[in-house]
Amino acid sequence: MNKLLLAALVSGALSMPAFAADYTILAPAAPGGGWDQTARTMQEAFTAEGISGNVQVTNVPGAGGTIGLAQFANQDAGNPNALIVGGYVMVGAILTNMSPVTLADVTPIARLTGEAVAIVVPAASDIQTLDDLVAKLKENTGAVSWAGGSAGGVDHITAGLIAKTIGVDPTQVNYIAYSGGGEALAAILGGQVTVGISGISEFASQIEAGELRLLAVSSEERVPGVDGPTLKESGIDLAVENWRMVAAAPGITPEQKAAITADVKALATSASWQTALETKGWVDTYLDGEAFDAQLAADIAATETILKDIGLVQ
Amino acid sequence: MNTFELLGQGLIAALQVQNLLYALIGVTLGTAVGVLPGIGPALTVALLLPVTYNLDPAGSLIMFAGIYYGGMYGGSTTSILLNTPGESASIVTALEGNKMARQGRGGPALATAAIGSFIAGLIATLGLAFVAPFVVKFALSFGPADYFALMVLAFITVSAAFGDSPLRGLTALFIGLGLGIIGIDQQTGQTRLAFGILDLLDGIEVTTLAVALFAIGETLKTAADREQVEASVMAVKGSVWMTLDDWKRSWGSWLRGTFIGFPIGAMPAGGADIASFLSYSAEKSFAKKPEEFGHGAIEGVAGPEAANNASAAGTLVPLLTLGLPTTATAAIMLAGFQQFGLQPGPLLFANNSSLVWALIASLLVANFMLLVLNLPLIGLWVKLLTIPKPWLYAGILTFATLGTLGANGAMSMGFGSMRISFELVLLLVFGVLGYLLRRFGYPIAPVVVGLILGPMAEQQLRRALSISQGDPAVLFHSPISLVLYAVAIIAVVLPIIMRMRGKGAVLGQLASDED
Repeated sequence: MNKLLLAALVSGALSMPAFAADYTILAPAAPGGGWDQTARTMQEAFTAEGISGNVQVTNVPGAGGTIGLAQFANQDAGNPNALIVGGYVMVGAILTNMSPVTLADVTPIARLTGEAVAIVVPAASDIQTLDDLVAKLKENTGAVSWAGGSAGGVDHITAGLIAKTIGVDPTQVNYIAYSGGGEALAAILGGQVTVGISGISEFASQIEAGELRLLAVSSEERVPGVDGPTLKESGIDLAVENWRMVAAAPGITPEQKAAITADVKALATSASWQTALETKGWVDTYLDGEAFDAQLAADIAATETILKDIGLVQ
Repeated sequence: MNTFELLGQGLIAALQVQNLLYALIGVTLGTAVGVLPGIGPALTVALLLPVTYNLDPAGSLIMFAGIYYGGMYGGSTTSILLNTPGESASIVTALEGNKMARQGRGGPALATAAIGSFIAGLIATLGLAFVAPFVVKFALSFGPADYFALMVLAFITVSAAFGDSPLRGLTALFIGLGLGIIGIDQQTGQTRLAFGILDLLDGIEVTTLAVALFAIGETLKTAADREQVEASVMAVKGSVWMTLDDWKRSWGSWLRGTFIGFPIGAMPAGGADIASFLSYSAEKSFAKKPEEFGHGAIEGVAGPEAANNASAAGTLVPLLTLGLPTTATAAIMLAGFQQFGLQPGPLLFANNSSLVWALIASLLVANFMLLVLNLPLIGLWVKLLTIPKPWLYAGILTFATLGTLGANGAMSMGFGSMRISFELVLLLVFGVLGYLLRRFGYPIAPVVVGLILGPMAEQQLRRALSISQGDPAVLFHSPISLVLYAVAIIAVVLPIIMRMRGKGAVLGQLASDED
């Protein structure tokens, strides 16, 4: 039993928070995921560039980030040193979970990165191009099963938007949710579902190995190093990107907001950050200030509409 | 890359100082809890889950597996010297082992148990290394309907098939399934049964439930027991070493035990208790001197002890390759994997290959450690039995509470200005539930398995139906699912037949609490 107690003391000591931290970044997801990696990459770049001396990352996982968001909005109000990482998935989760706390309850600072959504089929599929898929959708929407990440997330939203854009009923979209693109991979490769839809990085190695055929990417421009057309090139007037952002606490002064924005901008233009983006394969989509606020408002409105169309939000 | 190369790389990783240390902590703790009656590997791993939250995933999992193996070794010591099984898997060992100890042959009994466990552990771990890749290949072709059939099989075998009352097993299972519904539904993103409580959005934390049911429940049960039986510890007299005759009589039993234990452990209906019992009956029928059984036959110790260790390795086959826990300890180890964002199953071998092979290789290392720990240091372990129970359980209670607070200690509930941790409230509520279940003879493992597998089974069922656009026939389309359902039916019918043929007492004994 002594060993147990000792282990308790040791682990207690390990989890003791450090004293001074210039910034604390809350990653509203479990360690290892995209938001956690974003927060930890920020932490490294902040300290490496000397923008902030001591940065702490905490994880509050759950419910598409809304649990972390609620905790952040309640506990860190007015704290000019607190940051939270978030993204498009959070926008959908706030709506589907009917979260009492929304992005209006924090102070969005800037969009940092973006990732295209990829639409893939297994190599053995009879669907060769996006046109084949569109034809199948128009023939019988429900017979096309889509495997992707969590319900109401960017993968699901993109599938709904594609249906809506080509003029079929989005409520008929047969979307099979997995906890992420990687989990969905087995079902896609095994031919259990018709198409797979998720972030391009989730499928990249299988596309390269020829096990999956890339039909299209959802971004405005083609993804560098990936051989596949955009939706727009394929005749579907649609561009969606899974972006990640950083927000500050509610109730901070405009001066504090400006100071944080300056720090984040310095971070985003720094060499450490740019190198990290390259190694992780993230696309720099930095946007701040009023342009970002407008973009965010437009994304929230579009998401709400499509989630209502799909039938996830009343 | 073939299995040898993968295992070789795993061994290199396992021999790193850090991993060796985790393995050593694991086997030491495992032996200790194996020796102590009432405290088992499931409870221990559950207690350690929240503590390891911030530690290295590979190291923590190596430690958990070490605890599992160690528990199987340690349980025999108590069975032999105290006539109280330290572990449910060692019930059978007490039959012959304690008789041997009374005849002054405690030393050889302990030795044959330890060496048998070592040999069985070694062979079965190698078995795991070679069988797992095949199961993985097979499992990759599983569709949602096949997974659902697999989960149905697991539900039935864990709850209804083996136990004195299928009704109690099913009741416990449905408590778990009910708890599993709480939270956000993955297919639609809507919340269910969360009552507006943010902490419930992500469902009930398996760790909290496991710690509560096993640790708090067991503590309350012990505190409520009025009769404290003080059993006497038999001193180890005479030579610890086995005679030539002992060796001759043991080795066949070790091998038989291994080959009975490994497949039984690997089956969804497995578990070390069943394996050790089957091995005991096998030894009895193979014995040259069956009249010695019941009076200290060494085969009756050697076989079952080999079998329970082999089945521990066998249990890891479905756990690692299919994500299917077949025992309480395996269920909590599964929660351990999930805690680190790892989902056991065929994809684990593809995505986290180095971690899996390091884990398997460190089981081989742990096995050597256990042999060294158990043979020369036996006197030390026996001393553990003199620790007063109140001290022990006070420690467990403190540790359970601190661990839960450490992993999930957000003070998210409030009464006026007083803030309390919601997770801690859950811990106490489930602790009382655990006590009530024990008090009225309901098994604990099906509750945990229900909470873990329930949501997965639901997702797979709905995915299958969604892909087929609502046609339920899809559930019976593939040969895999048909075979699994057939096995499930056998698992229900077989115990009924056994009961009718008067073997009910045996099943009752197997049903004893597995923790």
